[in-house]
Formats: sequence, C-alpha cells, structure tokens
Amino acid sequence: MIVRELELDLDAFEGPFDLLLTLVLREELELAEVDVAEIVLAFCSRLEERGRLDLDACGEFLVLVAALLELKARGLFPEEALELSELEPEEAAEELARRLADYRRMKEAAAWLSERLEGESERFFRLGPAPLAPRVERQLAAQDPERLGAALRLLATEPPSLSLGHMALRFPPVSQFLERFRAVLRRRRRFDFESEVEGLSRVEAAVAFLAMLELRKAGEVSLEQASSFAPIRVLGTRASTAKEGVDSQWIARSA
Amino acid sequence: MDRPLRLISANPVDRLARVVEALLVVASQPLSVEDLAVAANDDAERIETALRLLSERYGEGRSGIVLEQVAGGWAFRASREAAEACARLFERPVERGLSGAAMETLAIVAYFGPCTRPDIARIRGIAADSVVAGLVERGLIAEAGRDAEAAGAIRYRTTPLFERVFGLESLAALPRLDDLGGEADVIRERLEAVAEKRPA
Repeated sequence: MIVRELELDLDAFEGPFDLLLTLVLREELELAEVDVAEIVLAFCSRLEERGRLDLDACGEFLVLVAALLELKARGLFPEEALELSELEPEEAAEELARRLADYRRMKEAAAWLSERLEGESERFFRLGPAPLAPRVERQLAAQDPERLGAALRLLATEPPSLSLGHMALRFPPVSQFLERFRAVLRRRRRFDFESEVEGLSRVEAAVAFLAMLELRKAGEVSLEQASSFAPIRVLGTRASTAKEGVDSQWIARSA
Repeated sequence: MDRPLRLISANPVDRLARVVEALLVVASQPLSVEDLAVAANDDAERIETALRLLSERYGEGRSGIVLEQVAGGWAFRASREAAEACARLFERPVERGLSGAAMETLAIVAYFGPCTRPDIARIRGIAADSVVAGLVERGLIAEAGRDAEAAGAIRYRTTPLFERVFGLESLAALPRLDDLGGEADVIRERLEAVAEKRPA
C-alpha cells in the first residue's frame, strides 16, 4: 500500500495524499482548514479494506501525519506553542486534558443540538425581517422656552475672529544673501554652498539658494556639483565685481 | 375540540387576548410580554393572563396554529399535524444541510459566546472561518462586538432565530455544561497511562 496515493475526500481537499502534502508545503492550501482526523480515518478504513497490517505503510503514514499535525498546531497556535512549551509535563498534560474535555463536551452539545433539530423538524413558523415599528421614545418632561432661548442665544453669538498672523512665512530678502555671497567671493574665489548656509532655517536656506541661482544667472559665479545631493561648489567669475549692486531689489514673497 | 372558541366576547381579558392574538399574527419574530404590553398599551400582568388564555386556545391538537414560548418571547407556529403539508409548500433553508462542523461551532457559540473565531478554533482544533461565515449567513449566529484583548477580533453570539429553529425557550434550556460528558478525569488518566508507557 502506497501512503502517498491514499485518496482523500475532505471538506477542504479532494485528491491523493501526496498532492495534499505538496499543496500544504507550497502554502497553497491552508492547513488550518484541513481536518487531519479525517485523513487518519481514511487511512484506517483503507487498511481495514486490505485486511492485513502493512507496517511499512503505517510507519510512513505516522511520520507524515505527525509532521502535518505539528505544522498545523504551530500554524493554529503560534503564541500558545511558546506558552505551552514553558509548562511542566504534568501541567501540559493537565492543560491538554482540559482542552480535550472541553472539546468532548462541545461534541456532545453538538450531538444534542442535532437530535433536537431532528425532533423539531416538524416545526414551521413565519420567517422574515421584523416589521416592528420603532419603540416610542420616552418624551422629555415639559421644558421652559426661556431656557431654550438662552441656550440658542449662546450659540448664535459670533465667535471671535481668529488671528492667522502666526502662520505667515517670513522670507529674508534675496539681496541680503547676494551681498553676503559677493562679500565671501571678494575674500576667496570659491566656497561650498552648504557650509555657507549651515545653521540657517529652512526658509533662509531656500532664499540663499535663490540668491545663488541669481548670481549664476548674472554670470557672477559658476556652479559645480559632482553628483545629486553632493556639495554644491560656488566659483566666482571675473564679472562678479562688475555686477555688484545689481538685483539688490530682488525680494521673494510668500506664495 | 374541548370547547368552542369564544371569539366574540365582552370580557375585557378576552378583548385583550384578541389584540395580543392579532399582534402575534402580524409579528415575524417572537414577542416578549413587554413588547406586547407596549403595543397593546396594557399592563404586563394582564398580558400574561391573556397569553395563558391563548395558549389554551392554541394548544397542539386544538388548532392548526400553535402558540409557543420560544426565543425569549411568544410566537405562533404551524401545528405538527400540518408539518407534512407545510413541508410541501415551504423549505427550511436555515437548518438544511448543517454539517457536523457547523453543529460543533454552534454549540461552542451557544455555550461560550460571545466568543471569537480563534476561541472556536482553539476548542475544535481547526480554523473556523468558513463555518462561522456560513452560520452568520443562515442567521443562526451574529456579530456581538469586538474582543479588545484579542486584537479586536469579532465576537459572535447565537441569535433568537437559533433558539427558534431549535425550539429553545432560551439558552438556559440547553443541557448544563456539567451534565455533558467532559470526563476530564478519565481523559487525564488515559494521558498519564500513555505517558508512563513512553520510554524515558
């Protein structure tokens, strides 16, 4: 008897055992949905049909089913496996017995319900959405109209207007940085943009950047950058002194 | 019939009984004494008297309609002798083809509810997602909030329809949990016996 060819007809799967294992290992079949007890039953009934004990097949089957059970247990109770592994053997046995007892109880309760359903199969009653009118809400006690008026007056007053002054962005003039950069270029021919704007606010750095572009546009400097996000190097050209004073009116405005 | 129906009577309880009877005919779900008292604009004690009168009138074997106390209220159903005829006309889709897995899940929700799908999986040892979805679709269980401790998992409880389908007056009519064969001691002894046989 070849265990892997054992034909299964489960709720979650139908086909040979081999295919089930492959699908589980490929995670294409949710092992949590597979009733392992059904697989064991299928194997036992196949053994019974053959009428003799095939020890090789039993051994192989036990190994495979044990592996499946372990995978399933780990999948179902990832956190609990850890908790249970910390238990003493006696405590673990106690916990297992408690769970088995719970399950046994629920199996009996299910059997009771099935029996009950069988016994109640002759009960016919009207089914449908409840056409009940909504319950009448308890009425409020008599109210004083003056109190209602006072409450409404409170709501009707115009709220104080809010000042948005603190939200305005204040830009320093571009000319301030034009002058600053020109002064630096008078002292030395080149400088790093980053080191010049170090310690400035985001807005000031942005205005300084505009000033640098302005100088480049006027031909007073040339710019070098080795790669994206690399330091920007500013080199003064000869025209830098001649252009001094131009564009000093340049002022950035908030959008 | 043991005695004739006194459908027209000046007796005030009879008059109230007729109103209660009408309310129960119109309703598609069991009505509690309080529901009936509000609708009939009468007091609960008198409603109970009227219900007793109606129960007598609509007892099994006396009428094609039977008044029963079910799912926490009162409702009419067809008499059992008419069941065969009813079955030719109507289906019972709610309980048709309920699997063993569905029965176990129902039992768990009925006894331990409100409970979450992981709670059910823990007891049955198999994921409960599709079974729970099927039971919700049949209207036998319904969502009952979320479990703050279990990462907000949805909790489920049985519905009044469950009690009605199974002919239960309330969940208290289920057998006591202690009376169901838990046999924890027997299971523990068997586990210990197996453990002792295992080579160290």
